[in-house]
Amino acid sequence: MSATIDYLLHLADNAVVLGQRDAEWCGHGPILEEDLALANVSLDLIGQARLLYQRAAELKGDGTTEDQLAYFRDSQAFRNYTLLELPHHGALVGYAVADRDYAATIVRNFLYSALMVHVWDALQTSADSTLAGIAAKSLKEATYHLHHSRDWLVRMGDGTDESHARAQAAVNHLLPYTEEFWTVSPAEAAAVEAGVGVDVRSLRGAWDALVNDALAEATLTRPQVRGYVPQGKVGLHSEHLGFLLAEMQSLARAHPDGCW
Amino acid sequence: MYTQSFNVPDQAGQKTVAVTPSTEDAELMARFDARIDADGRIEPQDWMPEAYRKTLVRQISQHAHSEIVGMLPEGNWISRAPSLKRKAILIAKVQDEGGHGLYLYSAAETLGTSRDQLLEGLHSGKAKYSSIFNYPTLNWADVGAIGWLVDGAAIMNQIPLCRCSYGPYSRAMVRVCKEESFHQRQGYEALLVMMKGTQAQRDMVQDAVNRLWWKCLAMFGPPDADSPNSAQGMRWGIKRISNDDLRQKFVDATVPQAKVLGITLPDPDLKWNEARQHYDYGQIDWQEFWDTVEGNGPCNKERLATRVKAHNDGQWVRDAAQAYARKQQERAMKEAA
Repeated sequence: MSATIDYLLHLADNAVVLGQRDAEWCGHGPILEEDLALANVSLDLIGQARLLYQRAAELKGDGTTEDQLAYFRDSQAFRNYTLLELPHHGALVGYAVADRDYAATIVRNFLYSALMVHVWDALQTSADSTLAGIAAKSLKEATYHLHHSRDWLVRMGDGTDESHARAQAAVNHLLPYTEEFWTVSPAEAAAVEAGVGVDVRSLRGAWDALVNDALAEATLTRPQVRGYVPQGKVGLHSEHLGFLLAEMQSLARAHPDGCW
Repeated sequence: MYTQSFNVPDQAGQKTVAVTPSTEDAELMARFDARIDADGRIEPQDWMPEAYRKTLVRQISQHAHSEIVGMLPEGNWISRAPSLKRKAILIAKVQDEGGHGLYLYSAAETLGTSRDQLLEGLHSGKAKYSSIFNYPTLNWADVGAIGWLVDGAAIMNQIPLCRCSYGPYSRAMVRVCKEESFHQRQGYEALLVMMKGTQAQRDMVQDAVNRLWWKCLAMFGPPDADSPNSAQGMRWGIKRISNDDLRQKFVDATVPQAKVLGITLPDPDLKWNEARQHYDYGQIDWQEFWDTVEGNGPCNKERLATRVKAHNDGQWVRDAAQAYARKQQERAMKEAA
């Protein structure tokens, strides 16, 4: 039971953190159509997070709610990939301020949705039938997110000199964070053991094929990945998640007895 | 969401377009007038007097700009929404406003003005948007109060526009009004829930209403006596109900809702007038309204600068899309050759 809960929290935290990030574009998109598209992606992710938290809360069976899981856990308890909590710009420390770069947004959404189309596909046969149902719904959404981000990745890579340079910089910055996809956390191992989760390592070939194909069409180069392998999914995050959660959780925590 | 009535001129002191076309072909004009008199629709391919076209472009673009600028005050709370459900509702709502902007820009484009030209008008400060968005959203209840009051006021303004004489605008307004009316109920429901919560939450609701109430009354535009351009709008079927009549309708509808909610509307003169069968209300501060319209509200500079920055920062993205489309076209032509 607890293996399933931990695994659900990993999936839910991924969705809520990226949903929070993508919503930052609302009102600031590069063109109105993209403003709407990013809001859509964010809505899908928040929706996924809600269903996953609700299932985790149900399994906990102690009256926990989706909002307690999203708003009243600290950053160390979050189990999302580090990739998803990064701000929409290049490598900077947690309290640095910089303009959002749409290339970073698109590349991140691409790298993540290219994984999630395979994850959700596999989870359709999860031993947890509620998760299997969520997976079937989420697969449709992730397929759209992949379509959207891949289209823009190709446009940027094969667009102007500036867009190519920005897209390449974003790929160089973000691709190393995907190394975390292929490590197996204790929660994932337990969920695989219970027939609830998917062994991400089995998806690597399919993910590589999607990524290589898109980068080639975008005339972008896949960098050699070396260095630090992030561990967000075991609760060791970047400096950025604390700020994201401080903002997201501030109102709910200021009024813990409030009803909304 | 929010047309502020088109008798707010583009630039302070500038008069609206000439009312009587002097050089138009009399026969075309007669046909146009007959269609308007018969409550028919004017479509993009139809002949129309230049003044009608200009007035519509200005009104529709003001409306579209209001939708886009209007994303910012509510967008201010997306990252801090206090529950996932409210976050999803708010994102969807702000996204709806963006969608309204999109089809209103499209409606304006049918009159021969491109989106780029319309945006240039906004960014240069030449075109106006609803002044209600030049006030800050200072607590979470502002989100609900905007839905209830601002969207509520907008609906009063906009429902008559579903019968507006210009076909594309009237059809866009049908959908806009459906969504706005949903937003209004959603906003009211959010406030009802807060009123059942803690004292701090009830205080938030009252605070938001205190700040927004008078601004919402002003949204309907200047009193009829000071709206010299309304007559032409009425004649053309672009404006259907006068500012003061709409304002009264809004007050009459809102007072009972405020009672159910359990908040006080910040007007000591607000009371039922048995003889008029309407609520009387106090004096609107028009000086403050015009100050804000003219650029001196608390958020005018931030709102506009944020739109300009988003547009400028996004230039390379739009350029990339165009460059890629050109390359694709060239490739296709090469293949065909």
